This record gives sequence, C-alpha cells and structure tokens, in this order.
Amino acid sequence: MLDFPRWKKIFLWAITLVAIAAALPSITSLSGLKWPSSLPDPEVNLGLDLAGGSHILLEADPAEVAATRLEKLEEQVRDALRRNEPRIAIGDISTRGNRLTFMLEDPSMVDAAREAILPFTDGAGTVRDWNIEVVDGSRFILTPTEAGLENAIQTAMESATDVVRRRIDGLGTREPTIIRQGDTRIVVQVPGLGDPEALKELLGKTAALEFKLVVREASQDEVLSGLAAEGQVFPYAESAGLPGGVVVERLGGISGETLTEAQQSFDAQDNSPVVDITFDPDGARKFSRMTTQNTGERFAIILDDEVISAPVMREPIRGGRSQISGGFTVESANQLAIQLQSGALPVALEVVEERTVGPDLGADSIRKGMLAMGVGSLLVVVLMIATYGRFGVYATAALVLNVGMILGIMAVMNTTLTLPGIAGFVLTIGAAVDANVLINERIREERKRGRRVVAAVENGYKEASRAIYDANITNFIAGMLLFLFGSGPIRGFAVVLIIGLFTSVFTAVTLTRMWVAGWLRKKRPSELHV
Amino acid sequence: MKLLKLVPDDTNIRFLRWRVPFYVVSLILIAASWGLVMTKGLNYGVDFAGGQEVRLTFEQREEAPIPALRDLVGGLGYGEPTIQRFGDANQVSIRIRLPENIEAIEGGANAVGNEVIAAIDAEYPNVRRDGNETVSGKVASEFREKAVYALLAAMLAIALYIWVRFEWQFGVGALFALFHDVSLALGMFALFQMEFSLQIIAAILAIIGYSLNDTIVVYDRIRENLKKYRKMPLPELLDRSVNETLARTVMTSLTLLIALLPLLLFGPASLFGLVAAITLGIFVGTYSSVYMAAPILIWLGVNSNSFVPEESVADRQERLARGEA
Repeated sequence: MLDFPRWKKIFLWAITLVAIAAALPSITSLSGLKWPSSLPDPEVNLGLDLAGGSHILLEADPAEVAATRLEKLEEQVRDALRRNEPRIAIGDISTRGNRLTFMLEDPSMVDAAREAILPFTDGAGTVRDWNIEVVDGSRFILTPTEAGLENAIQTAMESATDVVRRRIDGLGTREPTIIRQGDTRIVVQVPGLGDPEALKELLGKTAALEFKLVVREASQDEVLSGLAAEGQVFPYAESAGLPGGVVVERLGGISGETLTEAQQSFDAQDNSPVVDITFDPDGARKFSRMTTQNTGERFAIILDDEVISAPVMREPIRGGRSQISGGFTVESANQLAIQLQSGALPVALEVVEERTVGPDLGADSIRKGMLAMGVGSLLVVVLMIATYGRFGVYATAALVLNVGMILGIMAVMNTTLTLPGIAGFVLTIGAAVDANVLINERIREERKRGRRVVAAVENGYKEASRAIYDANITNFIAGMLLFLFGSGPIRGFAVVLIIGLFTSVFTAVTLTRMWVAGWLRKKRPSELHV
Repeated sequence: MKLLKLVPDDTNIRFLRWRVPFYVVSLILIAASWGLVMTKGLNYGVDFAGGQEVRLTFEQREEAPIPALRDLVGGLGYGEPTIQRFGDANQVSIRIRLPENIEAIEGGANAVGNEVIAAIDAEYPNVRRDGNETVSGKVASEFREKAVYALLAAMLAIALYIWVRFEWQFGVGALFALFHDVSLALGMFALFQMEFSLQIIAAILAIIGYSLNDTIVVYDRIRENLKKYRKMPLPELLDRSVNETLARTVMTSLTLLIALLPLLLFGPASLFGLVAAITLGIFVGTYSSVYMAAPILIWLGVNSNSFVPEESVADRQERLARGEA
C-alpha cells in the first residue's frame, strides 16, 4: 500500500508534469503574458461569456422547406408537360394539403405524363422523392415521401450552413464557429463581436433576389390582398419609401442564383451607396435579352418578396454587369452585397436564441472570478493546514497540482473555460480536499484505536478510498448528465467538474499517498500529528 | 504544533433520538416547498420562460435610472419588465417575458428583442451594453423539458448506483435525501422569487452530486458497522456511525463553504444565483445526509443481515435454530 517502487514514482511525476506543462500556455495567457511562439501552445479557449461575443441559434421551419419543394415541383411538372412532345395539357392544378394534384385534359396521356414527370419524382439514388397516384383515370396526386422530404431538409440545411458561413466570413470577424445542430438548427458563435444586431440582420434574410418585368404600379389594397389578374403583386421595401407596390409578370424573370459577384460601391451620378452585381454567362444572356426586348419599360428588383427598386431600362445591358440602387446606406448596401455574394438561403432561418456578452463584462467576470478563486483557495489551504498539519500541507500541494492539471487537460482537449466553469473550479477546489479530509480523519481514527503509525496511514487510505470512489462516481453521473443536458456555458461547468473528479482523485489520493509514504520511510515517525 | 479540532473526539450526540420530529419538520418543508412552487411558481428567467434579458452599465452615472427604464421598456407594449440591480449601483438587468401574442409578431422573440435594444439605445446612447439574451418560446420549452429530465435522470441513476453498491434500502434512502434537497432548493427559489435559469439547474445537479458525498460517507460507515457490531440495535448503530463520521462531514462541508463564500460575496454577479443555490445545497445536503438518509434505513428494515450474502443468512438461521449461536 505504501510501497512505491521507483518506476511508479517516476511515472506519477511524469503524468503530473506533462499535465501541468500543458497548462502553462493558458496560465501565461490568462495572466496577460506572451507565450513564445516557438513552443507548442495548447490553450484553454475562453467561452463567449468570458471573452465577449455572440452565440446565436438559428432554426429553419421544415414546413417551409416542404412548401418550397412543392412549389418547385409544380414548376417542374408544368414545365415538363409543356415541353413534352406532344404537349400534355393539364388543368385544375393545386398544391393544397402538402401535395400536388392536377388533371390531364386527355386521359389517354396518363402513361406519357407519368413518364415525363418520373425523372424528378423518382429522386436520386435509392430514395423515392414523391409517390405518384392516379385516380379517376386522369387525376394525378403527388405526395412527398418521408425519406424524400428528410433528404430535402438535410440538403437545405447543409447548403444553409454554407451560406451562413460565407455570410459571416463576409463580415470579416475572426474565428467564428458554425455548427449544425439537430435536424433544423445551426449554431453560430462569434467571439468578440461588437454588434450582434448586424449579424442577426445579416443571417435573418433569405436574400432571394429576382428581376421581373413590371406590369404596373399596385395600390396598397392590392398589395394587402396580394391578388392581381395580370401577375404577382409585391410590396415596396421600407427602404424604397414608396406606398403600395408593383404588379409583375408571373413568368420569366431572372433569379439571383445567376449572380457571380456582388460588391458595395457608389453610384457614379449621385454618389449614393449601391451594389454592383455581375451575372454568370447564362444570367448575362437572359439579362441582356430582357433589357433589349423591353427598353423603356421598368423591371423590379425584388429581394425576399419586397421590391427594392423598379428602375426603367434605358438601354440594353449586355456586359452582364448591373447595379442595384434603392435608398441604401453604406452598411445596408454592404450587407446586401454580402448576402448576394453568399447566395440565397434555401430556407428562411429564424433566430430562436441569442446570447451576447460585451467584452467589458467578460473581462470583469474573469477578474472577479479569479479573485474569488484565489481567496477561496487560500481559505481552504489555511483551514487544511491548521487542521491536519503536515497532512494538510500535502493536501495543499495536491490542490495546487490539481488546478494545474485540470487546466492542462482542458488545454489538451481544447475545451472551453466559461464563467460557470470558474464556479466549477471553485467547487472543485472545495471538493478536492474532501478526499484528503476523509483520509486524514480516518488516519486520526485509526490512531485513536491504537494502531501503529504506518498501519494507521495504510488503513486510513484503504478504508477511505471506498467512500471516495463511490462519491466520485455518483458525482460523475451527475456531471455527465449536466454535460449531456447543458449547452454552452453550462457544459463548461460540467467539463471542469468531470475533469476535476479524475484529477482530484489522482492528486488527493495517489500523489499524497506517495508523499506520505516517502516521508514515513525517511523519518520513521513514532507519532503522527493529524 | 497544536492542530485545530473543529469536532471534538468521541462525540456521542444522539442524533437519531429526534428522527421523528425532524422527519415531520422535513416532510412539512418538502410539502411547503412544492406548495410554493405550485402556488407562487418559479420565477423563470429567459431560459425557461422565453423572452429577453439585457444587462446595462450606465458608465457616466452613479446609479441606473431604474424608474425611467421601467417606463421606457414598459411603454413598448410587451408588458411590465423586471428590472433589477445587477452588480454595482449603475448596473441593471432588464427582463421582458415573451408577450402573449408572440405568434403574431414576425420574427418572434428576436424581433421583440431588437426593438427593446433599439429603444434603449435611442434613449441612452452612452450606455454600455454588457449582455443580451433572447430565447424564443420553443427553445425555452425545450430547456424546461430537458431540465426536468436531467434532474430525474440524475436522481434515478445515482439511486441505482447506490442500490448496486449497497442495498436497495440505501438506494431508496439516497433517493429520498436527494428528493428532499431538490425540493427545498426549488422551494427557496419559489419563496424568494429568485431568477430560475439554466444555471440553477446546473447548481441543483451539482448539489445532487455533492450532497451525496456526505450521504455516502455515512452509509459507508453504516455498512462497516453493520458488519462489525452485529448485535447493536439499529438506531444506536446509526448514531454511532453518524458520530464517527461527524468530523469528516463537518470538514468537507466547511471546505466547500469557505471556497464558495468569496465567490458568493464578490464573485461575478451573473454567478450569484448558481453559487447561492449550491451554498444552500451544502447546508441542506449535510442535514439530509444525517437526518433523512440515515433514519429511513430503520423504517426500511435494514438489519445486521443486510450485508451478509443470502446463503449465509440461511445458514446462520439454521445454525441459530440448532442452538449453536
């Protein structure tokens, strides 16, 4: 029990020193010193609640993905049947109840129609996207399959995550974290962010851009009812400062997907902020055709179903470059440019949770937290030494190494220190000496029962260990549940608690036993002051 | 060197003599706690109720203009805000619950949050915004659900572990002690209407873990003594076990307390709730280890056969029947 062969001692010290060495970069950086860049640098990250920054949880509505998909299907079906040779005429097309129904005018075309729509209902690979059902001889009913819909949501979320990443990169913030969470959520964490509103604004827009020919102005009533026989009605965006909206042609137009570039710049005439855009060859061709065929007329620039501006096409635009103007500020133009450059979100994202901490508060929290931790440790140390003498000194040394080891392991595992994590440290400091208290009290007892010094120490460690392990395992259970259930800062608390359980058993039980054994062997005391 | 002894050697306090009155008091407290939770309710923070919490520091002022803020934010039509000092006199936290008609507002909680911030920025351009938390109703209800599951799972998993390591009576005893601690913590939060947030759940889980430390120490000693003193009546044996471990119980609770006290007194304001809950938990947990977890073993029928393997119990009875004693 108290026998420590040399290899074991070396091994224990090696573990301790490696863990503490790993903590050094974090300790220097927390105290504001510089760690030489030539050395390896595993560091504990500071959570957003300490470093300052924003945590934003975005959520997509799966129903919306389903609706968009249904709309797209309708378009595909119309298109495919129109292009079919011979053309297949349909009527009574509807997308109610999450399914697409339409009727063939000529029931004998059923097989041809099925053939025509099969390519995009069959889905890619093994998953079938839509079930096709024909009733009454000529009515098609297309219902989404669960697997197909799941697939679609997956794909939409993946590409939404990419878009979000590109948009945040466009902001030029450093080291953002963007992670998908669950089926329909994306977590965005941006350290040291000064203005979370801009970020939310940037991510909260779908940025679906469309250019459509204007039929006429629409009155406010028409905008509200959303109905116009000749086409679709869109309201003016707030920035345009106009009442009502416009009626545009339902078919045709150019979508923002054909953009290759978007940049904020200034209008040559009046120096107002604008967004310069560049189309890809396909888009450029369409844009050129639209502006050539309709010179003198107006086209509407529609962003997320709102009209930004509706300029008159004075001359054909052939180069594939254009400009979007419409009451921008430099910031809003820049934001739109980033959004367009990153592409439209395949599904609208809503901010469902936001947590932002200002950098001043974070620094203040670290200072207060460290101070409290220092004072708390000092009190514990004084109490331990006053109560257990030499054994208290061992416990203190174990405590110091324990804190270092926790930091080191956190650094190696690249975990994050949060504000509740600091509370976790303090709790660990208070609880880590528990093991030593148990052991020392037991040694006292064993002495009282008349055991000899070495036997008392041996028994103290042995008998106390049972309770120590049981207590730590139950704490581990609580800690794991905390980790599984918690998010962000709370996880930081759990991480410190869990790592602290392991290190405190190691330092408070194993290391102190080694020291006590060394002392007993060397001094062979006949009496213990414990 | 004279060493400090907080608990004198060889205490012989008859803790268990008062077990019935203490049980009555504790059961009343548990009932009162749940009664408070039911009637007064918990003061859910934004984590669980949804809504927004903004923290502000008025750097150029001695004191935050709380009444003016109340009028400003209250005037936005999202109901009466909760405004509290938070840290120094010029620091406040403003909490707004999600309005009833949130579904009707485009952008939901986030839109409301933005509007509140915009209004504050317009009125107090020089204020330092230290933090902002906006949680939608859906996320908040998920948090509530997960919190309940986490607490139940922790209590059950720990009770199960104790059952496996000791005997079923000990598992039940630990579970009861935990239920006692959690109930009283909830009761305190309901009584003082302290903000109940995710951090508090973390604190309660920490309490569950650490309250059990003391219980396990006592149980471990009970097990030891059950094997050692086979003929001792159980109440006496429990008293003996509690007395023998008293020094450790007091010391371990004390070290935790003095480590946490500085954090409670001058730690970051946003940790106050967490630390306060854990501090309360230390007191309640220590008490419950002695007065809830131990006496229940008497009623659950723990006896000197408890830690003897089944066969040998039978053997022993046979032996006794044969009069071999």
